Amino acid sequence: MDMKATKKKLGMKERYRILTRDLGWEPGYQSKKAIFPYVEYEGIKVHDWDKWEDPFRLTMDAYWKYQAEKERKFYAIIDAHAQNNGHLNLTDARYLSALKIFLQAISPGEYAAHKGFARIGREFPGVGTQVACQMQAIDEIRHAQTQIHAMSNYNRYYDGFHAFADARDRIWYTSVARSFFDDAMSAGPFEFMIAIGFSFEYVLTNLLFVPFMSGAAYNGDMATVTFGFSAQSDEARHMTLGLECIKFMLEQDPDNLPIVQGWIDKWFWRGFRVLGLVSTMMDYMLPKRVMSWREAWEIYGVENGGALFRDLARYGIRPPKGWDDAEQAIDHMSHQFMLGLYQWSFGTAFHSWIPSDDDMAWLSAKYPDTFDRYYRPRWAHIKKLKAAGTPFKNYGLARLCQCCQLPCVFTEPGDPTLTCHRETVYKGEKYQFCSDGCKDIFEHEPEKYIQAWLPMPALFSELGGDVAAWMDWVSLRDGADNGDYDGSRDQRHFDEWRGLATSNL
Amino acid sequence: MQIDLRTVSIQPQRNAFDHLVRRFGDKPASRYQEGSYDIQAAENLHYRPTWDPEQQLYDAGITRIVMRDWYALKDPRQFYYSTYTLTRARQQDTTEANFAFVESRGLADRLAPELREAVLRLLVPLRHAAWGANQNNTFICGYGFGTTFTQPCMYHAMDSLGIAQYLSRLGMLLGDVDALDAGKAAWLDGPAWQPLRRYVEDCMVVRDPFELFVAQNAALDGLLYPLVYGRIVDDELSARGASAVAMLTQFMAEWFDETRKWVDAVLKTAAAESDHNREVLQGWMAHWSDRAAAALVPVVELVLGADADEAVAAHIAAFKARIHKTGIPF
Repeated sequence: MDMKATKKKLGMKERYRILTRDLGWEPGYQSKKAIFPYVEYEGIKVHDWDKWEDPFRLTMDAYWKYQAEKERKFYAIIDAHAQNNGHLNLTDARYLSALKIFLQAISPGEYAAHKGFARIGREFPGVGTQVACQMQAIDEIRHAQTQIHAMSNYNRYYDGFHAFADARDRIWYTSVARSFFDDAMSAGPFEFMIAIGFSFEYVLTNLLFVPFMSGAAYNGDMATVTFGFSAQSDEARHMTLGLECIKFMLEQDPDNLPIVQGWIDKWFWRGFRVLGLVSTMMDYMLPKRVMSWREAWEIYGVENGGALFRDLARYGIRPPKGWDDAEQAIDHMSHQFMLGLYQWSFGTAFHSWIPSDDDMAWLSAKYPDTFDRYYRPRWAHIKKLKAAGTPFKNYGLARLCQCCQLPCVFTEPGDPTLTCHRETVYKGEKYQFCSDGCKDIFEHEPEKYIQAWLPMPALFSELGGDVAAWMDWVSLRDGADNGDYDGSRDQRHFDEWRGLATSNL
Repeated sequence: MQIDLRTVSIQPQRNAFDHLVRRFGDKPASRYQEGSYDIQAAENLHYRPTWDPEQQLYDAGITRIVMRDWYALKDPRQFYYSTYTLTRARQQDTTEANFAFVESRGLADRLAPELREAVLRLLVPLRHAAWGANQNNTFICGYGFGTTFTQPCMYHAMDSLGIAQYLSRLGMLLGDVDALDAGKAAWLDGPAWQPLRRYVEDCMVVRDPFELFVAQNAALDGLLYPLVYGRIVDDELSARGASAVAMLTQFMAEWFDETRKWVDAVLKTAAAESDHNREVLQGWMAHWSDRAAAALVPVVELVLGADADEAVAAHIAAFKARIHKTGIPF
């Protein structure tokens, strides 16, 4: 009975060390190089993996317990949402366009993150790092699944959700997000960590999730709010992992600084372009708006991002190279995007529309320097065309940026009247870009980006430019999934069903 | 009296997502189906991996097993994240109660010293073998093809980490941190553990995800778990008065019974796909199970002494019979 009294008392940190790091060992029968073949080729030098600080200390027993509790709540709420026709509580079915884009473009990204973190959860030689990455790997499949499950009920009643798996691989605008995640996964383990763990999860995630989840709450979408809230504590862990990883790299060797800085520059710009669609959602797609994209950028970009980069300055890190160009684009991008989406709406599995007079008044107030001057006149013109029975449709195909894969619809920094266009010639081929940021990224790794699958050339090479055949190929139902919200099936159904629920007609 | 509540009834426009209708017909899909089928990018991958430009980003060609449809390798437990986590959380409650029971009644301290020593000698080094299983299943999840095949491997990896942590706690409960240090020293240098450690390290350089599945989840675990947790802990040690230890390893015994059904289902489907697959699986199974058996003999000897050979032989026979039923006679 004396034994108990003599047992060593363990602190939290020491106990966690024993339950994780101490499980690993120095291999003797195989070389470390054979077991961890990918950890050196990027040039990042790590001298001591034991210097890794565990960003959170979660053992599996606690993980199962906490996560199960969250899962129980999540599914109880979405079951009730489905049972009670929760979709009729939406402010308006226009809102669903944001969800359709999310399911087609972002949920597959969660899955890609799952696979990527599983890979680096095996490839990093430090046990502490591996366990943290593995937990993120299993969390990310959770996010992909809870999102699909939350939106499944919308799919039963509304168009545009049904072919998300086909859209993920084939439709043109999802290749923006797909190429982002493919880019990260085809990079080495350290760059993947900067791309997803730091740039996406830490620097940019608040710009995606906070507006999105608040937008959902504001517009009566309980299903989405629920997966957002449920994912929040996971995200908090992922953010601390991303930050810990970048500090670890910078503290291990001064030679790592230029490599890490290059990745921050690249992945900030890549992320900024992907998240550009969020600007459109915030300014145009939410029937009841939370805040403007400009306001969100001030809080989550300028304030939070600024504080982060001031903190990292002690390692010699400077703010991302594209930061100033990004700042210049903030007052323009949502309008440029929405105008693009509207003119190409024949080819989108979601609806777009002409903003109402009220909407335009709101946009004027939020963008006093740009909306009335550059964008209201264009909407007014488009509105006139529609009233005359000749709605503005652009059946020409967009020129896509070889890097971010967005149509080149952005304007020059400093001149909002001039479309920004860059090109470069590599091995005798000409490549097009939407911005200096994207051109720089290409020129740093041309052999990678010349491989990009570009949906517009594919439409010609594979389908001979036949738009109807293309619609079949991407599982887009013409006249249902696409086009103007005004006059759509979604609009008709929502109004009719809501009428059934709220009146006696 | 029955009261019919009147609710607003509106007609759904469709039953399920297109890709699930194509697979399972036009009817509502289960959450397992929604969360598992076709959610891995399948076409128009953008870039070749810089870490191995010979591979595609998701590449079915990095294993010798060939499947027309990798999603055929489904999990009979139908685990997706939610059902997996809820199941493990329930088991965790039981395990926690078992640890508390053993601890509060001082059952560990009542073990005869030589019995306690035997338990520590056998079980503590296995926390490192469980870490190896974590590494290998994380690999299969990361590089394997098709979500129905790979997602259970992520769960399996986290389970193995959980098992390594339970074994560490068991070591600390029955001994002390010193017991863990001694266990690690044995794992690194003790002659009894070297064949097993070599096996685990050799698995860590196998980069064919399906071969690794056979080597780790079928061959090694298929012999190790029944031998260690069944034959030794539940039978031998309990009979000698260490049934408290069986309470502490209840999770492992139950986990093996549950997960082997999944492992068998995967093997069965892959073997039934083609003669080529069956032959490849036979070759792997013979190679790795021979090695696993040889590696386990000195470990089993730690407790069973001269009876080890017979115990291992009996379990090889049982393992062969089990694998035979999946269509892989070897």
